[in-house]
Amino acid sequence: MTRVVVVGAGPAGLAAAAHAVRAGAGVTILDQSDAPGGQYHRQPPGAPHGFEAVLSRCTWWPESTVWAVDGKRVHVLRGPADGTGRQRHVLEPDALVLATGAHDRTLPFPGWQLPGVFTAGAAQALAKGDRVAVGKRVLVAGAGPFLLPVAESLLAVGAGVLAVLEANPASTVRKGWSWRDARKAGELARYAAALARHRVPYHLGRTVVEARGDDRVREAVTARLRADWSVVPGTERTYEVDAVCVGHGFASQPELAVAAGCALDGGFVRVGDDQRTSVAGVFAAGELTGIGGAVAAAAEGAVAGCAAAGGVPDRALLRERDRTRAFAARLAAAHPIGAAWPGWLREDTIVCRCEETTAGELTRAAGDPAAPGPHALKLGTRAGLGPCQGRMCGAAVSALCGTAERHHRPIAQPIRLGELADAKEIEA
Amino acid sequence: MEITVDGEPVPGVEGQTVAGVLLAAGRKSWRTTRSGAPRGVFCGIGACFDCLLTVNGVPDVRACRRRAADGDEIRTQSRADA
Ligand SMILES: Cc1cc2nc3c(=O)[nH]c(=O)nc-3n(C[C@H](O)[C@H](O)[C@H](O)COP(=O)(O)OP(=O)(O)OC[C@H]3O[C@@H](n4cnc5c(N)ncnc54)[C@H](O)[C@@H]3O)c2cc1C
Ligand code: FES
Repeated sequence: MTRVVVVGAGPAGLAAAAHAVRAGAGVTILDQSDAPGGQYHRQPPGAPHGFEAVLSRCTWWPESTVWAVDGKRVHVLRGPADGTGRQRHVLEPDALVLATGAHDRTLPFPGWQLPGVFTAGAAQALAKGDRVAVGKRVLVAGAGPFLLPVAESLLAVGAGVLAVLEANPASTVRKGWSWRDARKAGELARYAAALARHRVPYHLGRTVVEARGDDRVREAVTARLRADWSVVPGTERTYEVDAVCVGHGFASQPELAVAAGCALDGGFVRVGDDQRTSVAGVFAAGELTGIGGAVAAAAEGAVAGCAAAGGVPDRALLRERDRTRAFAARLAAAHPIGAAWPGWLREDTIVCRCEETTAGELTRAAGDPAAPGPHALKLGTRAGLGPCQGRMCGAAVSALCGTAERHHRPIAQPIRLGELADAKEIEA
Repeated sequence: MEITVDGEPVPGVEGQTVAGVLLAAGRKSWRTTRSGAPRGVFCGIGACFDCLLTVNGVPDVRACRRRAADGDEIRTQSRADA
């Protein structure tokens, strides 16, 4: 029997597991979280999640963090997040499906490091998983349709949402959305109605360009943007807030795929028609290969799981995957990131949150003829050398300095030295 | 459920993350950076490492990823003592 390991139990990984089982494989699915569902199906713990039937036909490993892969060997730590004394395991399957998803992408702006400024996804996760509202007076800003469910979830846990701001103007957004997306358009209309019921305004072509406060955010400055996201002078407005939620799309988490040696295109894992990566036996699905939402992630997962098990994905699965992929492409066209965003930054604006490297330091280092190349730049400014290893700032630093973003992080998830020193690795 | 934060009792709901308990109690920051600036939750899913704190004597635990357990002793953290 083909043994398949699926890393990540979000919409993509769960669909991959289901289809690999259906194609006759023995499947182990694991996730660092203690519940299945990924970012989309997040729920308070203990609530029924609807994946019981799939998981009962697999070996299900919750609280299992993959911290490294070499080839198809998967190194796993089992136990509570960032704890000590977790157990080390190694799995060596016939095929590996990577479905590790994405995290929010957030552009830097003055004050974005203040407590009370959250990613849109963080606000969503805290509302859905913890039933906690991040603030009483909240601005939601950035780009993409994800801002709408975030606002809806905030309202559901009792937050006051002052406004939802889409940075792109209507003329840009119209280019992507079309009658073909009727189902999605219906979903958006439902969110819009929820906002209207709570009298939450939705503005296009406006965003948060500064957060102010000493110990935490107290004020946010918004401004009107042109299509390239340059600020229209004189359009600034100041809001009194206790939280700001910002999201400019998502960045995939390709660390494990990079470690396995999979080729990337623009930060996303390159896959063939059956979700095969450039490495034999390694498949990728979901937000790893492009940003398209939960339905697209599940469609890709279905194809990947079937192919990883040695099956041939049928036409219907492939057609559904292609349809959702086309939707993702239109979404990207409707909600691009405007090239003029660096105009929001000031000399002293922090870009690398971990090491507190400023925009001024980065542009000076990039302009220094003696310090070329991303590696020298990193060592010279410390940008990307902190605990997040450039996950938060990488794209912004490369945009500001004209260098390529590095996705190579040999340790995909933190492991304690004591755990690493422990020679016991349990082979499964 | 109740945890203590730097010795002070803070109530929480079973299943909440440490970050969720702290935010619900009105705390927005619990770590300081090298320059002394305050930080709390940013990404909410374990990617940014802004939310680190000490749980039952174990430092550098991501508050957004760790479920709070009754009786947990949380200490807020600065880079100096990390
Ligand atoms: C914080 C956040 C909240 C979101 N909320 C919503 C929402 O409410 N509605 C919506 O439509 N879209 C939401 N999204 C968008 C979401 O990314 C996708 O729509 C969808 O969940 C993608 O599915 P996926 O299976 O590709 O990835 P995910 O759902 O992200 O699943 C990936 C899984 O892999 C696990 N994982 C990652 N790395 C490792 C590792 N090294 N070891 C073990 N496990 C690992 C993660 O714990 C996660 O469960 C959110 C995104 C983020 C970042
Ligand atoms: S908030 Fe980003 S790691 Fe916890």
